[in-house]
Amino acid sequence: MTGLLQINSDRAFVVELDEFSGPLDLLLTLIREQQIDITDIPIARIADQFLAAIHELGLNQAADYLEMAAYLLRIKIQMLLPRPIDEEEWVDPRAELVRRLLEYEQIREVADWLGRRAELRSERFARGWVPELPELPPPPIMLSLDDLVATAERLAESLPQRVTHRVVPRPLDTEGATRRIREILAVKEEFDWAELFDERPSVSDVISCLIALLELARLEEVELFQSEPYGMVRVRRAAASPVG
Amino acid sequence: MQPLARLVEAALFAADRPLKLDELEQVAPDAGRESLLAAVQELRDHYQADEHGVELVELAEGFQILTRPEYAEALAQARIVNRPRKLSVAALETLAVIAYRQPVGRAEIEEIRGVAVDGVLRLLLERGLIEVVGRGEGIGRPLLYGTTPAFLELLGLSSLDELPKMEELSVVLRPLAEEAGE
Repeated sequence: MTGLLQINSDRAFVVELDEFSGPLDLLLTLIREQQIDITDIPIARIADQFLAAIHELGLNQAADYLEMAAYLLRIKIQMLLPRPIDEEEWVDPRAELVRRLLEYEQIREVADWLGRRAELRSERFARGWVPELPELPPPPIMLSLDDLVATAERLAESLPQRVTHRVVPRPLDTEGATRRIREILAVKEEFDWAELFDERPSVSDVISCLIALLELARLEEVELFQSEPYGMVRVRRAAASPVG
Repeated sequence: MQPLARLVEAALFAADRPLKLDELEQVAPDAGRESLLAAVQELRDHYQADEHGVELVELAEGFQILTRPEYAEALAQARIVNRPRKLSVAALETLAVIAYRQPVGRAEIEEIRGVAVDGVLRLLLERGLIEVVGRGEGIGRPLLYGTTPAFLELLGLSSLDELPKMEELSVVLRPLAEEAGE
C-alpha cells in the first residue's frame, strides 16, 4: 500500500478508497506511511487525516469508515480529559484501538500469505481441471446521462421508418385467367372451377378467375352451375360457343 | 515401477480431484496403507527423476497429479487451461479470519476486519471455499463458518496444519487458538 497516500505539507490527501479493504486498512496505511509507532499513535492528527481521507466517500459506502471516524474522535476526546493524579490508574484510551490494529495486521499478513499460496497453486493444473466458478452477478451498470441519450438516439436512428399506409400493387390478371379457362375448355367440356388454381392460390388469382368466368358467362361462352346447394361451382362449355 | 505404483498412477490420472489415501485403498483393497504410501512415494520420485511435465502433489488431504508451474504460461496462453479468478483482498482477509478462528460467526469476522462482510461471505459460500458448520450460542444463534476442502485445494495445501503458525508471523499478538475457546 506504500505510496497510495500522497501526504502534502499541508496534510491534504488524495486517497483511492477502492484500494483499501476497510477502515482498518486505511488507518494502518496512514500509520505506516508516516512511520508512526503503533503503540503511541498521535490520535488527534491521525483522526483528522482519517476524516480528510473519507471526506470524498459517498455515505452509502462509508458506513464502516464513518463508524471508525467516530471511534477515533471518541478516543481523541478521551485523550484530552485530565488524567488521574495516580498515573497507574490511567488506562490508555488507545489500548483497544492498538489491539484491533495489531490483530488486523496479523490477519493481513495471513491474507497476504494465502494470496501468494493461491497464486502459486494457480500455476499448476490437474488433468482436465475446470476451475471456472459460478458466474457472479454482473456489476451494476454505471452510465452517464450523455451516454444514455447518445445510445437512445443511435437506436432511434436505426429503427425502420414508421409506415402508416402502404399501397401494394396487386394486379388482377383477368386476361390470363380467361386464357386458362379457354385452354381447359378446349380439352374438357366441363370442370370444377377449383381446377383453375394452384394448391395455394392468392386472393388476386381467385378474383381474376371469378371475374373472367363471369365475363365469359356474360358472353355466353360458358355456363356456370352447381349440382347442389353450396356445391362446387362447375364450368361447362356453352352449347352455342365455338369449339376451341 | 512396481505394479502398485502403476495402479496408483492410473487412479490419480482418472480422478478429477485429489484422492485421499482411503480412496486409494479402495482401488487396491489388499495392499495396505504402508505399501500404498510407498507406491505414492515411488510415483512421486518417478515423476521427479525422469523430469516429467507433471508431478505428484499432496493436496487437500489427498494426492493429485498436477502440471509443473513452469508450463502455466504456455498452457494458459494456448487456452488449454483457464486460470482461476484471483480472490480480492477482502475475500483473502475474510478467509484468513475463518481459517484461524473456525468455527466463527459473522460478527467476529466483522469485528476483526472492521467492515461488513455479508457480500464477501456470500461469494465465498458460492465458490464453495467456506461452509456453514454450525450455529453459535447467543442472540439469534448466529451461523458459524468454517473452511472446506476446496479452500485447501485453492491454496495447494495438504491440510490446515500447513497454515503459518501464529508465532511465526511478524506481528505476534495473543495466540488466536486461546481465543477460540472464549
